[in-house]
Amino acid sequence: MSAPTLSKRKARPSAPTDSRAARPEPGAFRQALKRNLTAHAFLIGALLCFSLFSWYPMVREFILAFQKTENGETVWAGWSNLTYIFNDPAFWQAWRNTLLFTALALVLGFAVPFAIALILNEFRHGRGYLRLLVYLPVMLPPVASVLLFKYFYDPGYGLFNRILESVGLPGQAWLQDTDTAMLSVVVAATWMNMGGATLIYLAALQSIPGELYEAAELDGAGVFRRIWHVTIPQTRLILSLMLLLQIIATMQVFVEPFLLTGGAGPEGATLTVVHLIYQYAFTFNNYGSAAALGLVLLVLLAGFSAAYARLSRAGSED
Amino acid sequence: MPLRRIRRRTTVRTSGAHRRRTATIAVASALALTALAACGTSSSDGDSDRDNSANAANAAAPLDPKAKVTLTIDCMPPAAEKAELKQWKEDVKAFNKKYPNVTLKGKQTDPCLEPPRFTAMLKAKSQPDVFYTYFTDLQQVLDNDGAQDISAYVNDKSIPALKDMDPHVLDVLKKDGKTYGLPYSNYTMGLLINRKLFKKAGLDPNSPPTTWAEVRTAAKKIAALGDGVSGFGEYSAGNNGGWHFTATTYGLGGDIVSDDGTKAAFNNATGKRIVDNLKAMRWDDNSMGKTQLLKWGDLQKQMASDKLGMFLAAPDDITYMVQNLGAKYDDFGMGPIPGQKATLFGGNDYMIKKGSSPDQIKAAIAWINFKFLSVGKGQFDWARSKADGLPVGLPQPNFWTGESKAKDDKARAASSTMPVENFQAFTDKPVTGKAEPPKAQEVYKVLDTLMSAVLTNKDADADKLLKTAEQQVNQVLANQ
Repeated sequence: MSAPTLSKRKARPSAPTDSRAARPEPGAFRQALKRNLTAHAFLIGALLCFSLFSWYPMVREFILAFQKTENGETVWAGWSNLTYIFNDPAFWQAWRNTLLFTALALVLGFAVPFAIALILNEFRHGRGYLRLLVYLPVMLPPVASVLLFKYFYDPGYGLFNRILESVGLPGQAWLQDTDTAMLSVVVAATWMNMGGATLIYLAALQSIPGELYEAAELDGAGVFRRIWHVTIPQTRLILSLMLLLQIIATMQVFVEPFLLTGGAGPEGATLTVVHLIYQYAFTFNNYGSAAALGLVLLVLLAGFSAAYARLSRAGSED
Repeated sequence: MPLRRIRRRTTVRTSGAHRRRTATIAVASALALTALAACGTSSSDGDSDRDNSANAANAAAPLDPKAKVTLTIDCMPPAAEKAELKQWKEDVKAFNKKYPNVTLKGKQTDPCLEPPRFTAMLKAKSQPDVFYTYFTDLQQVLDNDGAQDISAYVNDKSIPALKDMDPHVLDVLKKDGKTYGLPYSNYTMGLLINRKLFKKAGLDPNSPPTTWAEVRTAAKKIAALGDGVSGFGEYSAGNNGGWHFTATTYGLGGDIVSDDGTKAAFNNATGKRIVDNLKAMRWDDNSMGKTQLLKWGDLQKQMASDKLGMFLAAPDDITYMVQNLGAKYDDFGMGPIPGQKATLFGGNDYMIKKGSSPDQIKAAIAWINFKFLSVGKGQFDWARSKADGLPVGLPQPNFWTGESKAKDDKARAASSTMPVENFQAFTDKPVTGKAEPPKAQEVYKVLDTLMSAVLTNKDADADKLLKTAEQQVNQVLANQ
């Protein structure tokens, strides 16, 4: 579709400059409300749902972080929930593990989908089929994927060790070794989730004008120089956004370690912050501390979210 | 906490995309954590102080059959459990013959108790009038002001077999001398064995090992069968590892926490012995299999498929394997926990919602007595259970003593549907039960790390592990 012409833009009525002229007629709001009654009714439903199931719980969580239950009475606990979590021996370990997961997930989960998207973008035939193939793991239920990897990683009869042993290499403990447990979880998580990211990168790559590559080729640029000088600059914004989204997502990792290693893993090597929140709430029945830890995580992620919002704005202004 | 608490289906719905997946978790967590604070509805009328004003004489009197009462009751068997549901309905009918004005509304929940749901229910005060809990839930229930003090209502008139009830079991349901619950079932832990593998390995299944040295020897022989068979299995995830470390410690006469509940008490010769023994079985003997980080359900699967020779368990694990994993009762046996100094015990009970009226409390106790605490009736009507095709002969529930025990044992044996001699080693030497330590789950979480370390790290240093665990447990106990 072509962009609107200049004449069309001029044809639009200009905004009133006189503030009095801009004032709506009496009853205009009511009329507008009547006109759009159905739309507003739909909006009210959505707002109610968000209020009840999203915003209200968030406010309650904030309050809960500073409360505790004593003999059936809810009392203000001041900073004691925060003191409790900071004194928990698992607190720092959970943060270390979460940051390690995030770092590893970015190296793997950020680079691998982009590399796959670059390769897919080079295909002229069967691209749709390959896209489906890449996206397929995302369509599998996570529990099924995790069970699959549990079998792959099993040190006794797992597929990976069988392959290693078949070529004369020693089997590994994978999830049961403190050195490899987190990396193993990251590999499984990347495989399970990279389909979505790959498709987003692919869409970004396909929006790069072909002339830029042609010009680069005429200048004698090879594949890697074309990627470095054309592809990456042209997809910079989407890469930045995806990076932030991945940081936010991976900091909240729960499902994969929970299902692969039971949560904590060998010597607590895969214990994550969200799993600790889960334990506080549903194992220790300590909702105040769970909410407090949730709040700490929220503050950290809010920083990333603010950065994401800024980037989004910057992107829309480009 | 009994291990059965862990027995639940965890359904985690996620989408493929990281963003949606984590958003789901985030929203679910936020909802779970905060919706709890929302007010729930009470199925009982009356405020929480009304019952306190009831005078003792009135409380001790039995329920007037003319009194009109409606009760909601937890854990009515789900439709899938046809025989159990049929029995429930029969019992309600029989109960209503005596108390025609009592309306019992069973609530079908499967499983009976899921910790997240249970804690949320307590927070929201939406538990049924008669609600099901684990022995270990008492403090949690009291913290949430959820249960009625029923001391004044519990006597030989309302529960005729009260004098024959194991005092240890009743004590678990008391706090500061007040009674808050009545038992439904109980268990003590022992050594569960796979008789088939015992025979295959040339061991006598009628004489299960009674010491850790014997366990080690038997485990070696069973593992020597090959084909992926392990001799002995142990948990090391989901807090179950810590739970079993506790059971093992009790068996050897040790303790996890000091008597005053302020200090860890396992960093000693007993603790070291346990860690060293596990390490030897896992790494020197290779009799525990390579797959570790196991939690509740994993060992049962291994044993039901004849890949595991022994593990510490309660008798109801056998029922789980038979009902859910297609195993046969004949293939299992039980011995006492190695060491036999003491054993971890637990169970389930019913409590009555705080704020129930005196008549509701009396009706609830009358129902609990009829269905769960009368030898020869309700759950102890073994002849009926046999006729309905339910398993009879497991050594639990078993909270009777004296005359009631003799009567119940006789009736159970007469209607037995399984070879009860397989459990003789377990029942002939009853080991004193011991409750879980304070802050059990938090302590277990620490001990889980110790267990996972010794079972996944060949070079694990027992002394260092115990010292670290001790420091962390001390921190947990001090961290209020």
